[in-house]
Amino acid sequence: MTTTLLYDGSLNGLLTAIFTIYDHKIKLPIISKASNTQKNLFDGTEIVITDTVKAQRVWKRFESICNHRDSYQVYCAFLSEITGMENTIYEYIKMTFQAKKAPGGDFTNPVVLKIAQAAKMVGREKHRMEAFVRFHLIDEETYYANIEPDFNVLPLIVKHFKNRYADQNWIIYDLSRDYGISYNQINVQEVHIEFKTPKGQRGILNNNNNSYSHKLSAKTKFEEVENNYRDLWNQYFKSTNIQSRKNIKLHLQHVPKRYWKYLSEKV
Amino acid sequence: MNYERIKEKLEILADAAKYDVSCSSSGSKRQNKNKGLGDSSGMGICHTYTEDGRCVSLLKILLTNVCIFDCAYCVTRKSNDIKRAAFTVQEVVDLTINFYRRNYIEGLFLSSGIFKSPDATMERLIRVAKKLREEENFNGYIHLKSIPGASDELMQEAGLYADRLSVNIEIPTKEGLKLLAPDKDHKDFIKPMKAVQNSIQIYKSEKKLIKNTPIYAPAGQSTQMIVGATGESDRDIMYSANFFYNKFQMKRVYYSGYIPVANDSRLPAIGTDVPMMRENRLYQTDWLLRFYGFNIQEILNESHLNLDMDIDPKLSWALRNLDQFPVDINKADKRMIARVPGIGMKSVGKILSARRYRKLNWEHLKAIGISMNRSKYFLTCNSREFETRDLTSAKIKSLIMLNSKSKYRKNFNYQLNLFS
Repeated sequence: MTTTLLYDGSLNGLLTAIFTIYDHKIKLPIISKASNTQKNLFDGTEIVITDTVKAQRVWKRFESICNHRDSYQVYCAFLSEITGMENTIYEYIKMTFQAKKAPGGDFTNPVVLKIAQAAKMVGREKHRMEAFVRFHLIDEETYYANIEPDFNVLPLIVKHFKNRYADQNWIIYDLSRDYGISYNQINVQEVHIEFKTPKGQRGILNNNNNSYSHKLSAKTKFEEVENNYRDLWNQYFKSTNIQSRKNIKLHLQHVPKRYWKYLSEKV
Repeated sequence: MNYERIKEKLEILADAAKYDVSCSSSGSKRQNKNKGLGDSSGMGICHTYTEDGRCVSLLKILLTNVCIFDCAYCVTRKSNDIKRAAFTVQEVVDLTINFYRRNYIEGLFLSSGIFKSPDATMERLIRVAKKLREEENFNGYIHLKSIPGASDELMQEAGLYADRLSVNIEIPTKEGLKLLAPDKDHKDFIKPMKAVQNSIQIYKSEKKLIKNTPIYAPAGQSTQMIVGATGESDRDIMYSANFFYNKFQMKRVYYSGYIPVANDSRLPAIGTDVPMMRENRLYQTDWLLRFYGFNIQEILNESHLNLDMDIDPKLSWALRNLDQFPVDINKADKRMIARVPGIGMKSVGKILSARRYRKLNWEHLKAIGISMNRSKYFLTCNSREFETRDLTSAKIKSLIMLNSKSKYRKNFNYQLNLFS
């Protein structure tokens, strides 16, 4: 009989679940998010209460016997939020504990391959967000950007933006997961914003397009500067294109349509 | 700031700079310092792509499109009747900083038409870079053009502020240059390259002794050649690329399919198709040289002057050297696995590490992600099945082409292959 372990969706929750599997010697475990599981009448169900101490014990042990690359891959795979990835991660960690080293290079093992592929997808999305974030001044000194990435990549891009924009205040907000990261020139914090506008209309660019009258009215200095630079950027994007080499298929491959709504040059 | 005027200048000077294909923003080691702006120590980032599918990672502009030279292939040549414009140093600095702060770009790519003299032009380019570094504490990527004919002193200074320097050789042979750019001298291109190369070496060896030696052009040098403007063969082009890689430790050589910009009897007429396919094959060859351990003489030589258009250069090489195949994927060394058509360097790495765990079979290889259509004729693995027929090169080629798709398909002639 299988036992379903329900966890809260956090990494610590998942690691607590793995701890529980070892602690209770559960034979056929299935780990699943509490939010998206239908109750199965015939199988046992256990609700995992996230315990940071237990979670850290699992992670520390795991990190101590694999190299940084392996643990980073597992972390990326977790952030992919792919259904069932929890169980692949459990298998991977189990294999690592058994062999006392990570099976990172064993690409013909389905578990290893799955983790590597998920990590690759997440890595690609991370890189896309480093590219497609577009900051807009929303007051005299705060640069703001909306994103809706396929995977939960905010934790992975903190370092990049902190290093790069060390001398400006910025916020990057993940609208689909409803949280963001904010930097005040000292450190980065997680933030939640109570939007007044409904979901789907929170893009800064959309707002400006809607209220055309707003454009005609007297603008504050930073708004004018902001609009001008956005306009210059759009002009640059147009001028740098070579018409006789047009290749829309390639263009779409690099900039898939789902990212367009926050790219001013594509709106 | 007169915004409308800037916009007009941007339109002219971005348009004029777009034929320079280099846009890489990687390979530098410049880290953010003193909580300034920017960091270019990571990998390159393409912030968007134009509709022609080329990446946009740098603000690529000319300082001015006023030029005293009259090179036939160039859109800003003296005799061309076009609108001329020039940015001030401050305007370029403001554009760069403000684009960078909004995460539009990785940095600046600054080129220029040659006004007054090479030294006057180079000096102005340096002034922009210096201002960005010293007054704005900007640590983003800066790519400056080395102006042919600029003095060694100026080139030495340029590398202190720029991450990458490049001179475009444009025409791969001396004869071609004489034909299309009679007032330019081949030596003028080489001189700044040499000056920069020397400085890179000096700074590198000093760095070994004194740790806080400033970085000098950390992303090295690159150059560009126009393809299809004059009658060069692929061998001419690649041999000269090879020369620049070996002799000047170029980080990159770019190949730019000639886009007709002039009605000139020496050049392809306006409206002629851009040789994109040929360009693509040249880049593939370039990759084979830099990452796959190929020697240029193996790919292009006396009996093979031009690359095949219908198949990639690695497959073409393999078909000419069938005696070296099949390769046993479980035993062969890295060099030989990299030579199998359909296996890229990423897969080579995966194969090498995966075969430590078990012997690989076709299923494994498919899961790793190699192209079976091309590789299966050149491999054996831990499976009973493998290609047992004694196929000729022509037969293998036609089998592979029957099962592959290419956007260039219409350019290929199938009849010959099927019956040969």
